[in-house]
Amino acid sequence: MNQKDFQAIYMLWLRQMKRFLRAKSRVLTTIVQPLFFLFILGFGFNIAVFPGMEGSYINFLAPGIIAMAILFSSMFTGVSVLWDKQSGFLQEVLVAPVSRLSIVIGRTLGGATIALFQGILIMIIAIALGVPTVSPASLLLTLVIMVLLSFTAVGFGLIVASKMHDFEGFESVMSLILMPLLFLSSMFYPVNKFLPDWLQVLSYCNPLFYMIDGIRGSFTGVNYVLPPLVDLGIILVLCIVIMGLGTYFFNKSEA
Amino acid sequence: MDIITTENLTKTFDGFTAVDHIKFSVKKGEIFGFLGPNGAGKTTTIKMLTTLLYPSEGSASIAGFDILKQRANVRENIGIVFQEPALDTELTGRENLDFHARMYGLSPEIRKKRIGEVLTLVDLLDKKDVLVKQYSGGMKRRLEIARGLMHSPKVLFLDEPTLGLDAQTRRAIWAYIKQLNKDEDTTIFLTTHYMDEADFLCDHIGIIDHGKIMVMNTVDALKKSVGHDVITLSCNDTATLHKRLEQESWISKITPHDSMLTLGVERGEEKIPVIFDIARTVNVTISSVDVRRPTLDDVFLYYTGRSMRMREQQVREAPNIGMKKPARFRLRWPKK
Repeated sequence: MNQKDFQAIYMLWLRQMKRFLRAKSRVLTTIVQPLFFLFILGFGFNIAVFPGMEGSYINFLAPGIIAMAILFSSMFTGVSVLWDKQSGFLQEVLVAPVSRLSIVIGRTLGGATIALFQGILIMIIAIALGVPTVSPASLLLTLVIMVLLSFTAVGFGLIVASKMHDFEGFESVMSLILMPLLFLSSMFYPVNKFLPDWLQVLSYCNPLFYMIDGIRGSFTGVNYVLPPLVDLGIILVLCIVIMGLGTYFFNKSEA
Repeated sequence: MDIITTENLTKTFDGFTAVDHIKFSVKKGEIFGFLGPNGAGKTTTIKMLTTLLYPSEGSASIAGFDILKQRANVRENIGIVFQEPALDTELTGRENLDFHARMYGLSPEIRKKRIGEVLTLVDLLDKKDVLVKQYSGGMKRRLEIARGLMHSPKVLFLDEPTLGLDAQTRRAIWAYIKQLNKDEDTTIFLTTHYMDEADFLCDHIGIIDHGKIMVMNTVDALKKSVGHDVITLSCNDTATLHKRLEQESWISKITPHDSMLTLGVERGEEKIPVIFDIARTVNVTISSVDVRRPTLDDVFLYYTGRSMRMREQQVREAPNIGMKKPARFRLRWPKK
């Protein structure tokens, strides 16, 4: 890593910011879509009673929505390598005399900035809706988990992009991998002893479960399964592994 | 000194060999041209030399650095203008150049100065703050060439630099390529399927077809190898006339193509009456005849047995031959 690499990281980050702010429809979708979930799903299920759940359903749902917004946005950043591949711009990036690692870092930081912006926005709306918080220090932990979630999702997106052959491949990944992960993540319903055993086991095998559990534990402080710091440890390991794999696959890809 | 050398450089895609054990070298400071029809393996070669593709076999070195083992050093010493557009269309022209300049670590003063210089050169200064997606095809191409020149590299790769440009812009770009080669001592490696371009720009050319180098030499030497003059004639019975003319020792080479015959001779204008006399003796009627100095087109015909135009037609009819990269990258994302 030298000065040139840092300048490249900054430039790749800046490019993502410019592109994001210029794509008005994307800005709108990414902000509005989670709000649909929060308001419609939140108020819709608010009348239901889940055994073993504390507080209102919106309080339970909000951490999951934050995680989902970050997950989608960051994955999009990773997968958008494919767009660059198609438009030919990836070649321009790959022949530049900067290390592949700084290209990955630049893209990841760009994606994480956008994702974090969305996550924080939902957080503020949730707090305005009366979702309880634990303490400022705890909120800081939430932010750390959000950043790690974002990094992991970008890494996952990079892996998908390097293995993906076409648009249909992207659809399959969304519906065959992402949807089950979301459904098993404790985002929509609490994972506890009232669930069938197999559903509990599957949930504990889901990396996303620990991310949402961590955000829930540190943000609202209710309905969580593991202590937030334990979640943090698991997430950290996951993040390093996935980012490592993502960098490896990106390194190997040809333009 | 050789600035580019390759050793058995080979690339295969799913059993199809795009570049087949090629071996060549380019001297420092020259303009070297790879001439060949679409799908001959030109772009694949450039992509391997610029570290964008891994060779299936063999290796190469650029400015003394190995393209497999010292990839970062290679990238520092080269600049590329891609054949296919490689611009970020969501950014403005100036932003694309700025991106490039920073990726190559240019200082802020040089960055500013070069952006102004190259934009003036390609006549895009007044469009610099317009988003690239609003540029026309020719404008995009000009911007890409401007970008390739930004960081004054040791070796500049130009993949079909003037493809799809109007005559006036082509001339301007040719002049700048020459000037850059002379003033900044930049070695230029270009691929083209335009004979006039190779003729005008290149010191040395290599003719490539089906992934193999057919011949490599200076432009003049190649033209001389064809013959002093070239006679092209069409008649009602090429086979008979061909057979008869083969007995004449003053014809250096006869190539049949497109129901025509091309002959390499000395003092062509004096040979036309002789050919007519011979044709009459075998009862063949010549319908048209043309004498000219040899062009690179004749050189290509001489070494491959086909004219460039015919070769490109064949490639279009057999799409596999023209494959430049694996088909899986060829998807298009629907426009929003």
